[in-house]
Formats: sequence, structure tokens, C-alpha cells
Amino acid sequence: MANRSTHSAYAISAPAGLELDRVEMLELHYFMQLNRRLENRLGHLYRQNQVVGGLYSSLGQEACSVGSAYALEDGDFVGPMIRNLGAVLVRGVRPLDVVAQYCARAIGPTRGKDQNLHFGWVERGLIAPISVVGALIPVMAGVALEMKLHGKAQVALTYIGDGGMSTTDFHEGLNFAAVHKLPLILIVENNGYAYSTPTSRQAAVPDLAVRARGYGCHGEIADGNDVLAMVDVVRRARERCAAGAGPVMVEAKTFRRKGHAEHDDAGYVPAALRAEWERRDPLDAFRRFLLEEMDVAAADLDDIERKADEEVERSVEEALAAPFPDASIAREDVYA
Amino acid sequence: MALTTYIDAIREGIWEEMEKDERVFILGEDVGIYGGAFKVTKGMLDHFGENRVIDTPISESAIVGAAIGAALVGMRPVAEMQFIDFISCAFDQIVNFAAKCRYRWGAGVPIVVRGPCGGGVHGGPFHSQNVESYFFNVPGLKIVCPSTAYDAKGLIKAAIRDPDPVLYFEHKYLYRRIKEELPAEDFVVPIGKAQLRREGDDLSIITYGAMTYTALEAAGELEKEGVSVEVLDLRSILPIDEDAILETARKTSKVIVLHEATLTGGPGGEVVARIAEKAFEHLDGPIVRIAPPDTPVPYSPPLEEAFLPQVNDIVAKARELAAY
Amino acid sequence: MPEKTVAGKGSDRTVEVPVEARLKMLHYMKLVREIEDRIERKLYRQGKIVGGVYVGRGQEAISVGTAIHMVKDDVVAPSHRDMGVFLMRGVTPRRIIAQYMGRAAGLTKGRDGNMHMGDMDYNVIAFVSHLADNVPVSAGVALAFKMRGEKLVCLCYHGEGATSRGDWHEGINLASVHKLPVVYFINNNSYAYSTPTSLQYAIEDVASRAEGYGMPWEVADGNDIIAVYGAAKRAIDRARAGGGPSLVEYKTFRMTGHSAHDDAGYVPPELFEEWKRRDPIVRFENALIEEEAITPARIEEMQRECVAIIDDAVDWAEQQPYPDPADVTKGVYYDEG
Repeated sequence: MANRSTHSAYAISAPAGLELDRVEMLELHYFMQLNRRLENRLGHLYRQNQVVGGLYSSLGQEACSVGSAYALEDGDFVGPMIRNLGAVLVRGVRPLDVVAQYCARAIGPTRGKDQNLHFGWVERGLIAPISVVGALIPVMAGVALEMKLHGKAQVALTYIGDGGMSTTDFHEGLNFAAVHKLPLILIVENNGYAYSTPTSRQAAVPDLAVRARGYGCHGEIADGNDVLAMVDVVRRARERCAAGAGPVMVEAKTFRRKGHAEHDDAGYVPAALRAEWERRDPLDAFRRFLLEEMDVAAADLDDIERKADEEVERSVEEALAAPFPDASIAREDVYA
Repeated sequence: MALTTYIDAIREGIWEEMEKDERVFILGEDVGIYGGAFKVTKGMLDHFGENRVIDTPISESAIVGAAIGAALVGMRPVAEMQFIDFISCAFDQIVNFAAKCRYRWGAGVPIVVRGPCGGGVHGGPFHSQNVESYFFNVPGLKIVCPSTAYDAKGLIKAAIRDPDPVLYFEHKYLYRRIKEELPAEDFVVPIGKAQLRREGDDLSIITYGAMTYTALEAAGELEKEGVSVEVLDLRSILPIDEDAILETARKTSKVIVLHEATLTGGPGGEVVARIAEKAFEHLDGPIVRIAPPDTPVPYSPPLEEAFLPQVNDIVAKARELAAY
Repeated sequence: MPEKTVAGKGSDRTVEVPVEARLKMLHYMKLVREIEDRIERKLYRQGKIVGGVYVGRGQEAISVGTAIHMVKDDVVAPSHRDMGVFLMRGVTPRRIIAQYMGRAAGLTKGRDGNMHMGDMDYNVIAFVSHLADNVPVSAGVALAFKMRGEKLVCLCYHGEGATSRGDWHEGINLASVHKLPVVYFINNNSYAYSTPTSLQYAIEDVASRAEGYGMPWEVADGNDIIAVYGAAKRAIDRARAGGGPSLVEYKTFRMTGHSAHDDAGYVPPELFEEWKRRDPIVRFENALIEEEAITPARIEEMQRECVAIIDDAVDWAEQQPYPDPADVTKGVYYDEG
């Protein structure tokens, strides 16, 4: 495991009023570790030419995906983007599904029709993204609309990057949700860069959450590297939505520690900036919290991490042994 | 002499136009500091400065819209769509604003909207499309699809110099695979003119883009079987070179129309219609279209292979047609 | 901190407006009212107009009080209720009526109708029906000005409904990130066809969205020409001096249906009554009389002048030929000939 700094000033603590028991905290640890280990392993597979197409990492952003998804309940819907692997794992997608998808195998959720996290599972409340960032927002507003129409106490949650906030679909989707007071939670993952474009060239305001006011909806800033803060903010957002107060925007401040995709060395990111965020590693911080604040034994955490590693290995083995899809399915499922 | 790749030819073409005409500038996502996702604009920010190489937010509609505005007041913008698949986000600006200004109120919109199209790179449904059909039916636009490094350079220059909006679709598969020696002096390839890539007598393949090479390979195979194949590279989709199309149809009397855009509604239908309308009596067999099936571009290699027209597909259909 | 002045309904009237400018603005407001009344209330009902009619009755102060600040080489991108922009840029009433009548002498030679007109000789960009498309286009014009170091400004007009479109967001964001010399005037006339503002957005002042783009914004009474003038001057001066874009929202009311065929039955009649009492022309005339800047007789004379101008324009336009069908395919592309 990389990046263990022993004298970091970055520490997290449980927000007042957050109800999470020990078992749940260990689950959070497990999902974040699984997120990171799975992505590390995919990186190896990429370099071995086993991954087909591009590989997108959420290194440094795991707390955002895991914490936010963990705060949801059964019946809620999630629209993940390509850096929300943690969210799809929390929602029950298996590492095998992810590896098979990345390696274009027939057993993947799209049977090789689409790549990376471009898959959905309506039964599990997952809506697939497309490559056009922002497009999920009006779609998830529509999911939320159905919830409102049928009086369901559920929410729709989706993510957008600092870059994606510049798009037409973000604007139209959020405005629509706000006018109709839909139960939509929008996590703005401000990770500092949209490919090579720093946030300062993407928007003329330092805090994107300020835009929530322009739509008449509640906006808040959260520490995207603090998994407990993320659980807390989404739980509170959920309460607001379920009470009919309309959409909530959460700007999670975090940082994209790798390039846009595996091929991108992100040379345009100043080394000092990356180093600063490495010191705020979400997994290290949470591990320290569990050891120091929750009195969890190091051995227990090691066990969880080992379990995650084993699960990743098993899924890689199984995925690589799986066949590619047969050409005969190429024309299937264009229509019902 | 050095060989220039297709992608370098595009860069050179834009670079030379920017040197000679200060009105030309670039805007798009990651085009400046990053040099473009595929590095088409590499080195341009340092050389031309941030005034002329502009990194924009993720805003395809604003990228094209701003290009239109700047063009209306005398600039010559070259707008990049990082993958041509994202051009759909700017659809409205292109078809309703750019395409119609001259006709409606006499104002030219000399913009170029360019980006990488096409599959064969495991790009999946959103990084592999060929989008010319969306715009083919929009009067006021021009559409070009170069297949060689020479044409890539000549057509980008023609596009930049054109007083009307030009959509320039460069095929990403060809970026670094195609290279040739280019003339040192300035040259332009006219928009609206096709180019014969191979002469033949028995059968014509009319095509464009990356499929040009698949067609040439198939022609080589067919030669061994005694079938002489002519390959016509359209280069421009709009306006389309009807004269060249009819000439080759009349010469060989048997035609295959081949493209990488999906079959139904693809530009091939227009080619077929014109031959049927104007060269019917010259035909000795039905006109055949070869194109991918009507599905999104799939991602996994065996699926994508089944999707894209292969040399074998062409050889098989050509044999049948030759024997008709 | 982005600058904002919440002027509310007519509160920031501190600007100095020379008397010639006042009289000029009154003339143009009256001319706008006359040409639009003639088109909508007479010509349309006589079947002399081709296609639809969209007027900006009650909103005359907005186009006039803003366009007056333009210098010759500034560029403007109006919308369909900004007749004042065209007139102040020098487009003649003759050609505007010819445009509405689909004649060859109209600005678009019969290729497009009603307010879908423009001409770069007047630096007016023709708008398209897809509202807010002119927002990124205006940013692009301003981008060119900035690149060339010109002290020019682009003015862009649209309604409050157009702010819901994605192009609005992308254009405004681009303009703010690159600090472009463009001013966005939001004509908030309370209805987008049948949609009241409460169904268009969930906030009070749509211009307040500027905070999310780090831009200055102002709200002003769109029926008070002095308030309109002042807010516009502040924004335009700021842009011209390199201070970047601004959002200016004018609160007003659409005194007609969406277009001539729409009876606006969905608008509570009391709203029409209330806003009629705030007619921008009548208010301004009364204020000028009170200040003794004009006499009632002169106002009546001005009115007769406007009527005569429009009478002439209608007579002239009616005599203009329709476009030749043989020309239908011309002008799609640049023609060297």
C-alpha cells in the first residue's frame, strides 16, 4: 500500500450526531480498501494489455464514492460516473463484474457491448452513465420525478465533476429538479482537474456549491476525503429530499491523484499539489481514525484488507478465464 | 525525405494557417496545456500563446457557439470536439445557427469543427462513432473526411480558408498508422472533389475515411482472382462529388458503396440514389452497400470486429457482384 | 467579491441622462410602440403579415434604454422582443415591415420571418428560434474583441425562459471564465409562453445566478427607462473597461400573448391591469412633462411623426416585390459570383 505518512496533520473524526456502529465503520473500511485494491489490480492488468480500452481511476477519491453511496437506502437509485467505482461496489456490484467489464468479457454486465463503468442494473438501483458528462443529471431527475409522482420516500443520487458542471445537461437537469422539488442529490466531486483543465479555468468561482443558490436549492461543501463526513452529509441530504425540500447539491472537495485515464501522466499537475493531497489520503486517515478513535485492532483491519485482496484476485482469475463475447450477439438488444 | 503521419499533417496544416493568418485560432477542451487528447495541437500553446489556443470548460455548445460569434466578427476559429461523438452536444448550434446564417441573413460563418471519428480502437459506443449522417441533410454545412496525410493537410487548410462552416472528421485509427512524404510548398485540397485511389475496370468501390484502406486491401486480394477493382475515395461528403461517382459507375458498371457509418441512413444511400437516377442504363448489376449493422458501436474486440466491415466481407460481396 | 446592485423596482436611478438622450429615447420608444402596434393590431389582422408576429409591448424601455449606449462597432444579438435595437442600429422601418411581409426587400430577403433578422452591416446578429443560442455566440463575439484588443462590447438579449436552456449556462460560464466584454440583458417579462416564472426556476431573481459565475449582476425596473439606462450603462462601461461580463435583469411584463395568435388566457387579467398602469412610455412622458423637458404638444407631435414614419414604411413595403422563386437555392453557401 502506498502513501502511508506517519506524521500527517490530516485527521478525521466522527461528525456530531452521526450514527454509525462499529460494524458499519468496518464495512466502510472494507469498501474503500476494495475500491483501491481493485483499481490497483486493474492498473496491472492494463499494463499487461488485459484491459480493453481506457482505464479510469478514482485514486484519492474513494471516500467520496463509498461514503455517499453508503448513506443511501434500499430503493434509492444511483447514477455513477466513471470514477465512482466505490459507489457501485457499495450497491452490490461484484469485483468480478467490474473486471469482466474492463476486460471486455462475455460475463461482464454489458456482455462486452460497453466499457468501464458504463453499465447499469435497474433492479439494484443503478443507472448507467454515458461518456457525455452531465447527461445523467436530467436522467436521474427523471428517476426522482417518478419517486415524487408515486409518493416514494426514496432519493436519486448522482455525481458530476467540476468539469461536468460546465455542461448544458447539468444546468437543465438541476433547474428542472429544483423547480419541481425532486428528491435528487447531486454530488459535485471537485477533484481539481477536468483532464488537463484546472478548476480555475473551468469556473470563475472557487466554490462550486455557491451555484446551488442560483437554482434555489440547498448546497453544501463537504470534505470528499473524509468518509464519515460524506456519509453524514448524504444522510442529511436524504432527509431533506425525502421531506420534499427539493434537490441538494454537495460539493465534495477532493483531488484526482492520477491522470484523466491510465495513459495520461498528468504532467500538468504541479508535484507539490499532488504531494499535498497524498498527505490527505482518505484510506490512511480512516484507518488511523479506526485505530486511534475506535480502538479497532490493527490485525482486524489487516484481515479486512486481506479479504479485499483475495476477492480481487479471485475475480481477476475468474474474469481472465472467461471467454470474450461471441460475435453472434453483436446485433442483439438494439430493440426489445 | 521525412514521412509525415496523418496526425502531424493535420497539425502542420493548422499551424501553417495560424502562421499566415492571425484571425485563425483554436478553442476546445485540453487543446492548450495538454496539446489535445490526441496531441493534434501539441506545441501550439507555447508557440501561439493562450490568446490563440484556448482551453475551454466542458461546453461543446459554447465552444461551437463562441466559434460562430467570433466568426461573425471576422475571426477564423477552429473548434475541437475531443471525440467527434461529443459533437451531438453542439448539434443545435451547428445546424440551426452556423448552417443557416448565410441563407437567412447573408452572414458567413467560417468556422471549422473538427475531431476524431471512427472505431477499431476499442473505444466503445461513445468514442467510435461516425457522425456525418447527422449533418448530411443540413444545407449550409460542408463535411470532409480525409483518408491520407496529404488530404488531411490539404483539407484542413481548405476548411480553414472556406467561408462556410466545415465539419472536418479525422479518423482516429489513421492518426499514426498512415504516413507519406508531403510537399514543402503550400497546397490545398479542394472540398467537393473525390480522388481515385486505384484504377480498375470490373468493379468500383466508392468509399471514404479509414474504409479506403480496407477497400484497397480487398482490391489487392481480388486482383489475384482476376477481378480489377477501382477504388474511389470521396474525401468530401458534403458537397459530394457526383461527377466522379457517375464516372466510375459508368466505367465499371458494377458498384459497391462502402462506409463505416452504420447502414440505414448512412451517406451510402445518397450515392446509390444518384447512380440509380443518373447512370441506371450503365449498370450491369445491383448496387451493393457494405456498412456496419444498425447498432451502436460495440466495445469488446470480437463484437467490434463483427461490427466493422472487414476485408473478407468486401472480397465476398465483390466476388458475387463480379459474377453477376 | 462580485459586485451586485439589487436595484429592485426602479430604485437605482442615480445616473445622469442628458436631455437630448432622454428625448431620443422617448422618440424611439414611441416608434417601437407604433411599428409593433401597426404590425400586430392592424397588418396581422388584415392578413398582410406572413407567418407569426411577436411583439414586445410594454417592454420598449429595455431595448431602447440599453441600445442607446452602443458605439458603432459594438455588436448586438437581440431576441424577438427587442425591436428598439434594430431601429437604433439604423435598420429602417421600411425594411422591417418588408421583412414581416416576406418581401425581397426585407433583411432576410424573405428567407426568414418576423424578428429573425440581422445584418452585420449594422452589427446586428440575427437570432434563431432556439432561445439562448445567442448566449454563447455573443461570448464568441466578445472573445474576438478581447483577442484583438478592441474596446468593444457585445450586447445579448434574451428572456427569462431562455435562462433555463443549457446554452445559457455554457455561454455565461465561458464568458465569466475568460472575462469577456459581453453584457447579458435578461428581459424578465414574467411569462415564457404560458409558463410563469414560478415554473421556470425556483429563485426570485434569475440574475442572481451570476454569483455562481463570479459575475456582477443587477436587477432593475424594466418599465422605468432611466433605471434601464443606468443599469445598462454600468454594465457596458464595466465590460468596455475590461471588467468582464455582467448579468442585468429587467423586471417587466409581457402585455400580449406569446405571439399574435395567443390570447394569453392563462394570465390573470388583474396582472394586465396592474402593469398597464406602469406603461413605460406613459410614465416617461409624464416624468418629462413634470421636469418640463417636453410639452404635451410636442409629445403629440412626436406621435404624429412616428405614425407618419410607419405609414410611409407600410406603403413602401406593400409595394415591394416578393422574392423570386428562382432564387430559392441561392445563398446557401458563399458565392464568388
